[in-house]
Amino acid sequence: MEFIFFLTAAVKAGTCLLYATLGEIISEKVGHLNLGVEGMMQMGAVVGFIAGFTFGNPYVAVICAAIAGAAGALIYGFLTISLKANQVVTGLTLSIFGVGFAAFFGKNFVGKKVPEAITTFFAPVKLPVLGDIPYIGQIFFNQSVYVYFSYFLVLAIYIYLYKTKWGLNTRMVGENPVAADASGIPVDKYKYFNIALCGALCGLGGAFLSLVYISIYPVNVVSGRGWIAVALVIFAMWNPGKALLGAYFFGALDIASFWLQQYTLPVSIYLFTALPYLATVFVLIFTSMRKSSNKKEPAWLGRNYFKEDR
Amino acid sequence: MLHIVKKDLPKTREKIVVRLSAVVAALAFASIIVLVAGANPIELYIGIVQGCFGSVYRFAATIEKMVPLLVLSLGVMVAFKMRFWNIGAEGQFLMGAVGTTLVVRLLPNLPLPLMLLLMIVVSFAFGAIWLIVPAFFKARFGTNETLFTLMLNYIALTLVTALQYDFWKDPAASGMPKIANLPPNALLPSASGFNLSILMAVIIVLAMYYFMNRSKIGFEIAVLGESENTARYIGINVTKTIIIAALVSGGLCGVVGMMQTTGVSGALSTQITGGLGFTAIIVAWLSGLKVPFVVVNSFAFAVLLQGASYIQTAFQIPGSVAEMIQAIILFFILGSEFVLQYRFVSDKTKSEVA
Repeated sequence: MEFIFFLTAAVKAGTCLLYATLGEIISEKVGHLNLGVEGMMQMGAVVGFIAGFTFGNPYVAVICAAIAGAAGALIYGFLTISLKANQVVTGLTLSIFGVGFAAFFGKNFVGKKVPEAITTFFAPVKLPVLGDIPYIGQIFFNQSVYVYFSYFLVLAIYIYLYKTKWGLNTRMVGENPVAADASGIPVDKYKYFNIALCGALCGLGGAFLSLVYISIYPVNVVSGRGWIAVALVIFAMWNPGKALLGAYFFGALDIASFWLQQYTLPVSIYLFTALPYLATVFVLIFTSMRKSSNKKEPAWLGRNYFKEDR
Repeated sequence: MLHIVKKDLPKTREKIVVRLSAVVAALAFASIIVLVAGANPIELYIGIVQGCFGSVYRFAATIEKMVPLLVLSLGVMVAFKMRFWNIGAEGQFLMGAVGTTLVVRLLPNLPLPLMLLLMIVVSFAFGAIWLIVPAFFKARFGTNETLFTLMLNYIALTLVTALQYDFWKDPAASGMPKIANLPPNALLPSASGFNLSILMAVIIVLAMYYFMNRSKIGFEIAVLGESENTARYIGINVTKTIIIAALVSGGLCGVVGMMQTTGVSGALSTQITGGLGFTAIIVAWLSGLKVPFVVVNSFAFAVLLQGASYIQTAFQIPGSVAEMIQAIILFFILGSEFVLQYRFVSDKTKSEVA
């Protein structure tokens, strides 16, 4: 039974990672490596909390968080798409900005409680039928609506990327913008749309932490989870379905490092926190050794597209 | 319709004018945030300058912040020159600091000169290993080095966390999770706030200038960065060049770990890098991967960092404001690059250009 609780907690811990990872997958699919995930999550977390605290309305809180994340992403988007700035450097700067932003605007809210109206709205709800499945029901279908929405997003993003014309165009822009441009796809529009969507999802991931995961606003609510999300994108090989599994696996590792503290172990508990990164490194190496291109990063990842005059 | 076309390489004077305008515009924009924070922006900016140059002690603090940033930036510059995105300076820095501490723990009684020398060698080796591993996989399988080195930062950080909280925890610190301070025979000598790492930095700058501009291997790195095919064609051993560049790049970042542990913090901790490894990436990039500009830009960033820590105490402004101002300045400079590299032409003039 204890193990079921552990897995339920792992799903909850993995959900913030899942939102951010789905976002970064979309951004990388369009060829933009955005290392500002941490910053966008921080912006979403703080804006979501402030909006929730001020208005006491969960919808307003979540929408504000998504807008804040998207706003951060658009700074990155404007610099890298329109002004052709280096993606790595711009992303890192966005992370510095977001961390500063959250620390500054969140400073007066440290120690404040999430309002009742929001906590009850996001309290775990057992789904009919599905929630009665033994074990699975308890783990996956006795969760917050915020978690259920992430299930829906995985499916929606999978359909968007692989079953729609827009998704096909998005992937084409990430693989070969020259060819995409030549075939009449508005490259910049696709980039802006996907990058903004990435920001909104990262903002939602951050707000999950500040509105659902914790009950009292701490000094740094995201504290490095954005970087784990960047790792997860690789671990999931740019696939939304695998992102779901990976997020819960990484969530489980996160919980495990607390959970295992009650036992005396032969190794240091702190080394556990390195596992997500080690696992990612192995995935990175194995995917590059295997030459199958559908499991690798998009071909133009990290490179900007400059339309030469013809 | 307006078109964007690539320009010829901009002149140094144009670069300076554009960059400075970007900084001024950024400061004007950042003033809004300063006003929200409840301070007078003009006074605050004057405060930054005073905090850096106001006294010998403050100037020493500025230089102390410049030295690690400068050496880290030179380190990542070598890799960037090869189009090898080493964003693992944080990790290499940490590993260098781990190596330094390891020397003291294994051989605590060495005399100071020998101790420092051994620390330099070991920290260089530790930092270098942390980059040679991803470099090997890059050369062999084309493994994405940006993501690999990024992951290694966090692996190094968890290693240091484990050392600090478990393996090397100081039993004398009454339960505080910290690693013991280094003994006096392992500290860099210093005089009125300036320590020996400044001399090390000067030597490294000169050596790197020679390495990048005059040496054969520096030339090979530059060619490889321009085109791998050209490099192969003129008979450059690509794998060997990548590994040597990684050795120098990671090694320099590792030595910074030694400089900071023995010269500034006095002990290894998870906080030792202060994010400088990431700032160095930005500095190296904005310097166009040229040694003299790296020196200038490191100084400019050190002014920003020292000014920021000064205004925190002098103006009661939270450190987060300084972080945001720094990011805003960077956003503006990154955006201003566009003006230097591209220009607009209308359709009419296009035919004349062609």
